[in-house]
Amino acid sequence: MTIIVISMQDDTDRRLLRLLQETPDLTTAELADRAGLTAMRCARRLARLEDAGVLRGQRAVIDWKALGFEVAVSLRVTLDKTQPRAFDEFLARAREVAEVIEIQTFLGRVDVRLQLVARDLEHYRAVYRERILALPHIADIESLMTVSVVKSDEKLPL
Amino acid sequence: MNDLDAIDRSLLRALSLDASRPAADLGRELGLSQPATWRRIRRLREIGALKGRRLDLDAAALGFGVTVFLGIKLASRGRASLEDFERAVCAIREVQTVEHVLGLYDYRLRVVARDLEDFERVLRRRIMTLPGIGPVEANVLLSEERLPGPL
Repeated sequence: MTIIVISMQDDTDRRLLRLLQETPDLTTAELADRAGLTAMRCARRLARLEDAGVLRGQRAVIDWKALGFEVAVSLRVTLDKTQPRAFDEFLARAREVAEVIEIQTFLGRVDVRLQLVARDLEHYRAVYRERILALPHIADIESLMTVSVVKSDEKLPL
Repeated sequence: MNDLDAIDRSLLRALSLDASRPAADLGRELGLSQPATWRRIRRLREIGALKGRRLDLDAAALGFGVTVFLGIKLASRGRASLEDFERAVCAIREVQTVEHVLGLYDYRLRVVARDLEDFERVLRRRIMTLPGIGPVEANVLLSEERLPGPL
């Protein structure tokens, strides 16, 4: 299958997004200045990128450690695919676990990944035993505990 | 954490969905004045709960059609140092996330690429040539959702 991406962005759009990625809290005037555009042209381009759904918005990054959640674990789940509704039912129930902050599905050896935060190991153990192991259709589960986050900016190489 | 009240948690939740919402708007929703909202946001920044903003971009629309999560084991512990590995892996532009983990793998990576062909190029030329690299497992991202978490 070939996916053709119709790209409407030009170099100036990319430059704007690159600058904004580096410093998301720039004002439009500051951004325009760095990009060498007038404030009006800059605002117009940003509006167009927003309308096209390329720039969806900005999200605050929450530091869970600072909120007292010391433990972060990546749970890699393999599902029992003989159950036709395994994915849907597992995902619906996983969303109800408050400590789950990310859910990804994959093509590969792992079917689903849950990113979990907990206050400490005691809390993690309780969540794992009472909430995670109770999720439906789990065939296998592996956990990776985060020791340190080395890079997390999630920037695109624009 | 214990001195955060329900309003602080609502603020964090709202800002994690949309960081550009004006304080007046947030305040109205939570029954706070604009200055009171500002004070709370400033405090959440000061205690480190809010650590900046991130652009929410449609990666596919920008030509990055493939995201892959990698599990990496280091081959020869001790020979190439963790610092060397970390410095080299962080310098790769396509690598968005690097986590040092305990478990089946040593590192967890999030990598973006234009397509599978481009991913293969990044994997062969950049990832497989990292100092100390061992076995690598790749899982191609199909869907992703972020949840507000325990707020």
